[in-house]
Amino acid sequence: MNMATKVERLEEPEYDDDAPLYEARRKIYPIAVHGTFRRIKWALLIVTLGIYYLLPFLRWDRGPNAPSQAVLVDLANGRFYFFFIEIWPQEIYYVTGLLILAALVLFLMNAVAGRLWCGYLCPQTVWTDLFQAIERMVEGDPRERREKLKTASRTQRVFEAAAKHTLWLMVAWWTGGAWVLYFADAPTLVWELFTGTAPLVAYLWIAILTFTTYVLAGHMREQVCTYMCPWPRIQAALTDEYAFNVTYRYDRGEPRGSFKKSEALRAAGVPSGDCIDCKQCVAACPTGVDIRLGSQLACIQCGLCIDACDTVMNKVGRPAGLIAYDTEMNVERRQQGLAPVAKVFRARTLLYAGLIVVVGGIMVATLAMRGSEGVSVIHDRNPLFVRLSDGSLRNAYTLRIVNKQSLPRRFAIAVDGVPEAQLEVVGGISETENGHPVVEVGPDQTYELRALVSTSAKLPASASLPVTFSVTDVIGGETTTAPDHFKGP
Amino acid sequence: MAEHQKNVDAVTGVSTTGHEWDGIRELNNPLPRWWLWTFYACIVWAVVYWIAYPAWPLVSGYTSGVLGWKSRDAIEVQLADLRTQRGAFAQKLQDASLAEIEASPELLSFARAQGRAAFGDNCAPCHGTGAAGSVGYPNLNDDDWMWGGSLEQIQQTLLHGIRSTDADAHVGDMPAFGRDAMLPRPEIVAAADYVRSLSNLPVPAGVTPDLAKGKEVFEANCAACHGADGKGNIELGAPNLTDGIWLYGSGRDAVIASITNGRAGIMPAWGGRLDPTTIKALTVYVHALGGGK
Repeated sequence: MNMATKVERLEEPEYDDDAPLYEARRKIYPIAVHGTFRRIKWALLIVTLGIYYLLPFLRWDRGPNAPSQAVLVDLANGRFYFFFIEIWPQEIYYVTGLLILAALVLFLMNAVAGRLWCGYLCPQTVWTDLFQAIERMVEGDPRERREKLKTASRTQRVFEAAAKHTLWLMVAWWTGGAWVLYFADAPTLVWELFTGTAPLVAYLWIAILTFTTYVLAGHMREQVCTYMCPWPRIQAALTDEYAFNVTYRYDRGEPRGSFKKSEALRAAGVPSGDCIDCKQCVAACPTGVDIRLGSQLACIQCGLCIDACDTVMNKVGRPAGLIAYDTEMNVERRQQGLAPVAKVFRARTLLYAGLIVVVGGIMVATLAMRGSEGVSVIHDRNPLFVRLSDGSLRNAYTLRIVNKQSLPRRFAIAVDGVPEAQLEVVGGISETENGHPVVEVGPDQTYELRALVSTSAKLPASASLPVTFSVTDVIGGETTTAPDHFKGP
Repeated sequence: MAEHQKNVDAVTGVSTTGHEWDGIRELNNPLPRWWLWTFYACIVWAVVYWIAYPAWPLVSGYTSGVLGWKSRDAIEVQLADLRTQRGAFAQKLQDASLAEIEASPELLSFARAQGRAAFGDNCAPCHGTGAAGSVGYPNLNDDDWMWGGSLEQIQQTLLHGIRSTDADAHVGDMPAFGRDAMLPRPEIVAAADYVRSLSNLPVPAGVTPDLAKGKEVFEANCAACHGADGKGNIELGAPNLTDGIWLYGSGRDAVIASITNGRAGIMPAWGGRLDPTTIKALTVYVHALGGGK
């Protein structure tokens, strides 16, 4: 073998066409690793779960007429509170915007460094990571675990299994418990949950989420990523040759061989790869793949194999980074004697970043410019118009005035577009402003009223005049309008 | 056994059904046990259900089940829940006077919502779903009221009806001047032309109204109820003949027909049929349609 020979990756064996389509579940018990990526994952786990479990308890003062919970989905009253933002049901498009943003951020992450989401942030990954840590804590590392299967007493094994599932269920239960706190005042609901006075639906949702967390993170684990999740398929179509991925640098690693064998080869002046085939990368992998076969669907790119490999490389006195964030293209380039490239700013990353800025900008702008009041109007359909005894014509409308502020406001109602129009509001109107009827709308509420518009002017046949209802805050002066029509015979 | 041995799939080692379609054979896998047990459990469940609940139709009736459950009872429970839910507001509605309801935005909107539902169930067949009426059935959206359009007057009409069997019903009598031979035809025609002239209705081509004679007939026969100026009298349910609203039509033939045959539309009394709170809600709803005085 001479130096000029290009190093090839060991490929996966050919697929066997006659093998059954169904692959039996292989239980995966990854080993614990230590290193940079493990530390990053612990930090992210603490931050993300910390946010999830504690956020409902964060308070945010909104004044006397609104809940003081920073993040609250108030389904009963149809409001979503997020710190200083309050979303009404008709503003659900902000959620659409958030989802679009989330998709674009995923695309951008993928274009920069592959499945960052899958490896570090996805709830399935984070909870599975936590559940596996619990499993190792109770039953020991896989090696210890295998030993115990042979040596430990039945009582001990039953006790350990019970302890593991109990801990899992407790985490799962806490997960479901935190979920329901986003839908009601958290401290009150916690008290109600413990005193057994919480609504049935709260217990039901806790039960459902306890079950899903326990099953998904405890039992299904990598099966979710490999078989259930669409994202691995989508991201495979989105990636390109510049995207950094957890990569086995086979140019450095191959030909692999045992430590002693490769030392002997090197001593004899024969080139030998750094991979000592210790399989620690496979043992550390939470989805059980062999990263040395190249990037693959089941690999969530969590970087734990990097830590596992670096530890081994340190021990055998070879440089770290045999497995690292790199690109397939760079592996090829190094073999051709070219310098590796790291091109983060390229058409797709700039496009995604640009779209994120645009969508985010639109959302911030609409959020900043949205009014604190609104009005919608519906014309009576039956009858379309009424002839009064003095021969004048009248149309009736239903108006709904929206007050998004947390204090009661009074609104003057006016109509424009009909000659000699007279506006009358049904109900006890005790106040007028410049001749316009005034109604009071409660804090953070809507108010429906019936408005009658009459005119004695002579209208053309089959008249349908465009009219505009305007609603003006008596004190603030803010005006909102809604269009409709005035119909005649 | 030999036959069985032949029908074994080489790849999986599972026996096949022996059927073959274009080289494709069907594996003879037994049903999963959990599936079978679910299936048996469903059968048991069905039998228990037949015994416990109403299930099988018979010639005249059905098996009623040992639990005695009835969908009608279930509805009763739901209705009771509904009454409890409405409780506070319904009580307020019951206690408040009509004027108080009108003055309170939340009571008004509650009463209108309830009134709208009651109107659709009870009044819409004659007055229309939008209360726009029809010939002979008044439009309740306009401001013309034969028996008065104040809240109390509307409530009175609702409770006791018009020419109904109720003792306190509104009773007004428009005689059949022609049919009962009280007036000859020419005088009826003259009176009709005069009445139409009161509200400036166009005179049909080829007609020369004798207004002087009509006025004479009107004052002698009609003014007693409709007033000398023709503006009507809500005490007697005599409509205003000078405005633009004509319950039975404003055409010359329609007015002649009204004088000849009389008019006696009937509205049933709702007092005994609907509870007082519903009547109240209906009153407020009709009043709020726009014509209320």
